[in-house]
Amino acid sequence: MTLQAGERTGIELTIQIRPTDDTDVRQGAPMPKPGEEADAVFELRDMSVHYGAFRAVRDLSLTVRRNRITALIGPSGCGKSTVLRSLNRMNDLVPGARVEGTVLYDGQDIYAPDVDAVEVRRRIGMVFQKPNPFPKSIYDNVAFGPRLNGFRGDLDGLVEEALRRAALWDDVKDKLRQNALSLSGGQQQRLCIARAIAVEPDVILMDEPASALDPIATLRIEELMRELKENYTIVIVTHNMQQAARASDETAFLTMGDDRAGYLVEMAPTEQLFTRPASQLTEDYITGRFG
Amino acid sequence: MSGRSLALRSGHSRRRDRFDLVMRGVLLLAVLLAVVPLASILVVVVTNGLGAMSWEFLTTTQPLSFRQEGGGFLHGLVGTAMMLGIAILIAVPLGIAAAVFLTEYPEHRLTRPVRFFTDVMTGVPSIFVGLFVYAALVREAGLGFGTLPGGVALSILMLPIVVRSAEEILRLVPADLRSASTAMGARRWQTTLFVVIPAAASGLVTGVMLAVARGAGETAPLILTAFGTPYLVSALTGEPQTALPLLIFEGARLPFPAAQARAWAGALELMALVLVLTLLARWIGGRNRYGR
Repeated sequence: MTLQAGERTGIELTIQIRPTDDTDVRQGAPMPKPGEEADAVFELRDMSVHYGAFRAVRDLSLTVRRNRITALIGPSGCGKSTVLRSLNRMNDLVPGARVEGTVLYDGQDIYAPDVDAVEVRRRIGMVFQKPNPFPKSIYDNVAFGPRLNGFRGDLDGLVEEALRRAALWDDVKDKLRQNALSLSGGQQQRLCIARAIAVEPDVILMDEPASALDPIATLRIEELMRELKENYTIVIVTHNMQQAARASDETAFLTMGDDRAGYLVEMAPTEQLFTRPASQLTEDYITGRFG
Repeated sequence: MSGRSLALRSGHSRRRDRFDLVMRGVLLLAVLLAVVPLASILVVVVTNGLGAMSWEFLTTTQPLSFRQEGGGFLHGLVGTAMMLGIAILIAVPLGIAAAVFLTEYPEHRLTRPVRFFTDVMTGVPSIFVGLFVYAALVREAGLGFGTLPGGVALSILMLPIVVRSAEEILRLVPADLRSASTAMGARRWQTTLFVVIPAAASGLVTGVMLAVARGAGETAPLILTAFGTPYLVSALTGEPQTALPLLIFEGARLPFPAAQARAWAGALELMALVLVLTLLARWIGGRNRYGR
């Protein structure tokens, strides 16, 4: 663990009584017991994101809880993807992008100057809108991350495990050496999920993972998400309100202000947000009157 | 049911048809004009070259007297191969590295100058390159005429071609792949080495082959660096070296029919060599580009 702990994390660190285990990147507080509030994986406090002079997201504060599926919904251009990409510092790649405020991951500010963005991304995996497997074999796609990290051990077993968890093993077990681009779109996306899982991340960020897929493949991805949340925390951006309603535990609704900057309207357990929204804006959006 | 007639050739559409016909004729003529020189070069080289081409030509060196018939350009083929080999060893790693720099580090302040000088290098007359290497290596470094200076001169000519073609190819690698790799926790050099370059590999090979084909045909930069020799030379330095285009140039300038015949056969040999390289490039480039 080379992440530098921020000042706020002193307390959390003292209750980490588990010995450090190199193979397990999940640390922090134990799993929540029934009836107890799950602990926060991400805590965003007054986060604003700028692209050059343009403010894309302003003063966003929200909490993402462990082993939950958190959905970010909202109209096009409201900054959902920007928020998602600031959780694993993918915005660093965009020239002129700047994140203000605090993004705490397990109590550590991931934008602190001594934090290694690469290390952050190894803990926080990402699945993109368009399936983007590498033009390599299925096996090499899944083995990519472990190899980067200098994995020594049973790589075959690891690849199989990741493919099983991504519900792809039965489809591909006889053609692991085939080019990943020969798979169908839905299979490619599940391969991308397997690829992300193979590095044992803590969190998986999904940026409209099913928007390029047909309805059946979409349902399989949603089913897969529900299985994955046993072990991972998932944050998903989606355009599709039914998807958010079906697949997520908590939903954050973002919209765009007059200054075109996205902001958080409300965040609530999914069922509550879709049945008893607190804000008129949310109600207008989920009933289709706006967006 | 009312409506305009759909019948062909009604009204002023006849004028459009005529215009279409004329333009087709003009374009066809332009294509023919462009193909004629190419085709005639092929025909002339093949007809003249085949007469003098033989197994002996491919496997022996030329007689010391230009008047004498027989012999061949083996020394030229060996010289071309050696100098191309040196040029590839220099130009390919350097050129691909420069292209990676240009595409993967676009924000660096040296990117613009590097691209500018690459463009300038493309336009430098090849005899200047020969002169430069003559001054720097043959004279100043005291290497004398030989294989190594010739190879270096060719590498300088090939370098900008490799850089530009590799840059184009690397730019074609989808940004999605770079994002995917970055999101996996790959550092930039890891993304470049393990994702971008493998994805572009077949295209890179094509670009390299085209540069090699270009280098194989260069004459001017070799005049002042390899200098030319009637002997089979395998030394890297200390002895003048020769190459197929140099021998063709030499033979074609002489008044002796035997020397001219050898030059024709040499031209055929060189053309075949370049053709083989180009086809090889096509074949490698055509395989598994990141499609399905």
